[in-house]
Amino acid sequence: MAVNSAKLIEILNLIANDIHANKDFLTELDSAIGDADHGINMSKGFKAVTEKIAAMGDKDCGSILKTVGMTLVSTVGGASGPLYGTAFMRAGQAIGSKTELGFEDLLVTLEAALEGIKMRGKAVKGEKTIVDALEPAVEALKSSPTIDINLMEEAVKAAEAGVEYTKGIIAKKGRASYLGERSIGHQDPGATSCHIMLTAILKGIKDS
Amino acid sequence: MAEGAKEIITQMIGEKIKIEVAAGTADNRLGTDALLIGQKVLEVFDGDGVLVIPDLGSAVMSSEMAIESLEEPARSATMMADSPFFEGAIAAAMEASFGKSIEEVKKAAENTRGMKKIA
Repeated sequence: MAVNSAKLIEILNLIANDIHANKDFLTELDSAIGDADHGINMSKGFKAVTEKIAAMGDKDCGSILKTVGMTLVSTVGGASGPLYGTAFMRAGQAIGSKTELGFEDLLVTLEAALEGIKMRGKAVKGEKTIVDALEPAVEALKSSPTIDINLMEEAVKAAEAGVEYTKGIIAKKGRASYLGERSIGHQDPGATSCHIMLTAILKGIKDS
Repeated sequence: MAEGAKEIITQMIGEKIKIEVAAGTADNRLGTDALLIGQKVLEVFDGDGVLVIPDLGSAVMSSEMAIESLEEPARSATMMADSPFFEGAIAAAMEASFGKSIEEVKKAAENTRGMKKIA
């Protein structure tokens, strides 16, 4: 894996495309246990991201990721704005001025993103949030000393299992927490959008 | 909601304090924009304190991000109230209109938690 700035922008555009393609699905999930805006908000945010990063091919990877974060913070609107915004900003800080990323950087960025989301949302695993998808993925990447495309596939599968796991638990954060036990049976929209993003990253890396 | 609160407060105490609405997105959706909150804090900041009163959801996290990204002296002078939105806003505005400190204004907002409306 050798992801330079241009390739990173391509991967981020893949994320934007897949979020947009799942806009109605994510909104539908959010209408069941939240305020029915997750798909719309994320799609708006990533559309703005695509426009902002289009001309950043000559910038370093950290600057690109920080720009993604800043853009999400000001355009998403809902709670996923500060959460994913913090995630991308932390990921950008973690890799700094690198202009090419390898598999080890993948772990560095995702781990920083996870820490950022946990800090911002004051969330831990098991509360029916993004963390339930992202933490298992990071754990999977840490499970072997060498990271390769197969391990990343495992990480995406772990995130998918994490999304499935959110169906059986009670929401402890956000609007869904008002539903209490009635949130059981519904998969978490945030965990789902996180899995969609990780799948897009995997797809992007495979093509590189 | 924020605009309504501002309207009612202005009716009660006039223009004695600076209030800015920092709610909604640039394209008029519900929700919050951390950059907008940061800008509004700087618009009302005049050396004394600024109290940010979030409702729920993204508002709390966006306000935190906005405050973290401020530079001094605005950063240490800006606080967030952990209070019911509307009751907190009125109590804080009232206290501020008497020229109280930011700590007292914040406390006034937070003291509205558990306030009884029906005797």
